Amino acid sequence: MGALQSYRLRLQRQRWRIRAFRKRRDLKAISDRTDQIRDTDIMVFSTLRNEKVRLPYFLDYYRKMGVGHFVIVDNDSTDGSLDYLCGQSDVSVWHTKASYKRARFGVDWLNWLQRKHAHGHWTLVVDPDEFLVYPFCDTRPLRALTDWLDASSIKSFSAMLLDMYPKGRLDEQPYEEGRDPIEIASWFDSGNYTMRKNKKFGNLWIQGGPRSRVFFGDEPAKAPALNKIPLVKWDRKYTYVSSTHMLLPRGLNQVYDEWGGEKASGVLLHAKFIDTFTLKAAEELARSQHYSASVEYKAYADSMRDDPELWCKWSEKYINWRQLEILGLMSKGNWA
Amino acid sequence: MLVHTALNRAEQVARHWTAAGCPVVIHVDRNVPRATYKSFEQIMSDDPLIRFCKRHRCEWGTWGIVAASQSASEMMLETFPQASHIYLASGSCLPLRPVQELVEYLAARPRTDFIESATTAEVPWTVGGLDQERFTLRFPFSWKRNRYLFDRYVELQRSLGLKRKIPTGLVPHMGSQWWCLTRQTLSAILQDPERDTYDRYFKRVWIPDESYYQSLTRVYSTNVESRSLTLSKFDFQGKPHIFYDDHLQLLRRSDCFVARKIWPHANRLYQAFLTDSSASMKRTEPNPGKIDRIFAKAVERRTRGRAGLYMQSRFPNLDWENGVTCNPYSVFEGFAELFDNFDTWLAKATGARVHGHVFSPDRAEYSGGQKMISGALSDSAAKRDYDPRAFLTSMIWNTRGERQCFQFGPQDTQDIGWMVARDPNAQVSVISGAWAVPLFRSNRNFADLRKDAAELQKIESKHLDTLRSADAKARIRIWTMAEFIEAPMEPLQTIIDEIGQANPRRLTEAPTMVDLEGFGQFLQNLKNQGMHPYLMGDFPVEHGPVYMPKPPRKPYLVQ
Repeated sequence: MGALQSYRLRLQRQRWRIRAFRKRRDLKAISDRTDQIRDTDIMVFSTLRNEKVRLPYFLDYYRKMGVGHFVIVDNDSTDGSLDYLCGQSDVSVWHTKASYKRARFGVDWLNWLQRKHAHGHWTLVVDPDEFLVYPFCDTRPLRALTDWLDASSIKSFSAMLLDMYPKGRLDEQPYEEGRDPIEIASWFDSGNYTMRKNKKFGNLWIQGGPRSRVFFGDEPAKAPALNKIPLVKWDRKYTYVSSTHMLLPRGLNQVYDEWGGEKASGVLLHAKFIDTFTLKAAEELARSQHYSASVEYKAYADSMRDDPELWCKWSEKYINWRQLEILGLMSKGNWA
Repeated sequence: MLVHTALNRAEQVARHWTAAGCPVVIHVDRNVPRATYKSFEQIMSDDPLIRFCKRHRCEWGTWGIVAASQSASEMMLETFPQASHIYLASGSCLPLRPVQELVEYLAARPRTDFIESATTAEVPWTVGGLDQERFTLRFPFSWKRNRYLFDRYVELQRSLGLKRKIPTGLVPHMGSQWWCLTRQTLSAILQDPERDTYDRYFKRVWIPDESYYQSLTRVYSTNVESRSLTLSKFDFQGKPHIFYDDHLQLLRRSDCFVARKIWPHANRLYQAFLTDSSASMKRTEPNPGKIDRIFAKAVERRTRGRAGLYMQSRFPNLDWENGVTCNPYSVFEGFAELFDNFDTWLAKATGARVHGHVFSPDRAEYSGGQKMISGALSDSAAKRDYDPRAFLTSMIWNTRGERQCFQFGPQDTQDIGWMVARDPNAQVSVISGAWAVPLFRSNRNFADLRKDAAELQKIESKHLDTLRSADAKARIRIWTMAEFIEAPMEPLQTIIDEIGQANPRRLTEAPTMVDLEGFGQFLQNLKNQGMHPYLMGDFPVEHGPVYMPKPPRKPYLVQ
């Protein structure tokens, strides 16, 4: 990478930082408990809208993992999410009515809050339907992983998005508050992913899985990106560029080995496709606040009308992280 | 005991040692804030067997760690005359066996020094390329904080050919920094009249804590046992592996006295090994090899990875794959054209999974007409052609354990040609020119056939160049069609033997070859039209090749 390219990326990073700074005015602190954050806390950052039904399990899942504090931006929920979150002692909540799209799908808001509150912390940026799985997550808390990453001088940790889906119609089993959504959406595609390197930012661009298979069969290039780098030892100089797909400075995107070895990585189980999805898709399509003119939701709406089943004979049923390791979806790297 | 973080764990372990009557001298890193240090000292003051020595600033790879162990050793030798062996441990070390066992073990070997100590030429552990040079260059800059200056200064010294003189009588040795020395040896090192010379020398050596005692012990000791009593495993960057709760059984079965390093929050480990009741320490059959295997595997996974796997954290550059694909597979070109029901026959003969043309332009023709195979890999041509390379590697990865065979030809999407050619897992068998057979058997206008033939010949010729390239690593066999039909059984037998599955017997049944009556004339017609088919070799015009018996044969037996 030449000096010019390097300089350009630096300018771009500054641009995102300035943008995040401007977008801070969108946000209104509803319940600011950030003074309770301890130096060693691992933090979760999230933007959400109308996810009340998912919240209890989501918060619990990460609490059990050892997350110390949640910072959440509520994008004008109407289902009582905000009140629920205010009642949680380890959650700080900001509220906004501004456009999700114009905040670059929430990235600007979180960039700002991370810059303000996450400096020096390990931070996990996830949506309420994303559940992190990392090597040894059944026996070691998240702190074990971050300590190991610290000791190995690794600043960012990759966890690819793995779309989970139920067997049968999506709306067959209703989801109830507090329940593990992976019990319903417990199937996934194990081996139909493609990846290529993004020359500019140095990250991998991963596509595939059930969404590509069912909704984008003829236009695989339009399928959504699945590469994610959600766990980062945050520094106020960092910014996410596009969702959690890539970061600047670009060195943080080097989460893969190019000389034959495997780096440690995890998986974000994506429990989007449960009965709440049909409703959500209709709403999001109407609001049209999503990526590339909500092309994804349009495709969903079309396919879902006829045959809302993602399951196929070759789907794998989720068991645990070791299964994902063996299938080659994640790796222990040299963590043993 | 050298301590710099997790003071509560250090306290726990120190008290464990003293409870068994072993005195402990603690060195706390100077980087620990004074207040923290003071309160730590205060807490421990109730134990007469615990002392604190002068503090030094310890940074990895520098003299500070040696200075710390010197101060601590001096204090130990002076304050506790009963100490016969001195064991250097860290705050993250954990005794795995009852302290009494260690005491007895050492008492039975009163003159033995346990210190891993090998000459630099003989060990492969050094990380970063500095082995002998760590003793002959100077290292005034910190590797952690001033990597740039560190590297430049090393380069400068190399280019100027600067070398330090190693003090006479000293042979540089290296080894694990965790040792257990006898009072005699340790005091001889510390009270040597030449100690200033040695210290001055080692202060500028790179990572002196792995060579200071290791070299000097060789000068004084009468009985060196070159191994460390501390179990310590290192990863590929030279960092110690860390033990967690889930290693409990593993550690129980190791027969080492002390392990490092332990994650400070591994409550179960501390609880299990520091409660000295004989019940909890009840020893299962020792199996120290298992730890070695687990950590060796981790290093290998990080450095070499799983062959043929492309994923979010392993995306090797060209030629760094350590295996383009994960399993052997076979590519057949021209066989399905020349033989009827070749795939059925092949599946029967080998027990392998035989697909059709998986790179056909319409769809991936999986075996049995399936729409999808393992891993939910669909047959959509659009998806396949979006990344043909990933398609093939995924297909081979998803079906690990079952050999895959597929047909290929010039009418297929050609993108994977080069990748297959350079893949040692690929077995490629080509009957060149066999693409002409379907043309010959079709019922189309000759002008169109001629055009197609020219096109296919051009594509196959290019493909054959790829296969014949000097860099091709696959097992490649190419026959012209004429050559092949002369004696088809022999090549078939070779291919099947190489696939080497199910059937160790000789082939008993040959596939049925299509009727080639008139094929020679067909080729001649092409020639007459100005299109010269050459890839199939020489066919006589008048009649089909000698080998072909008249009308459709029955499968026959070959002995």
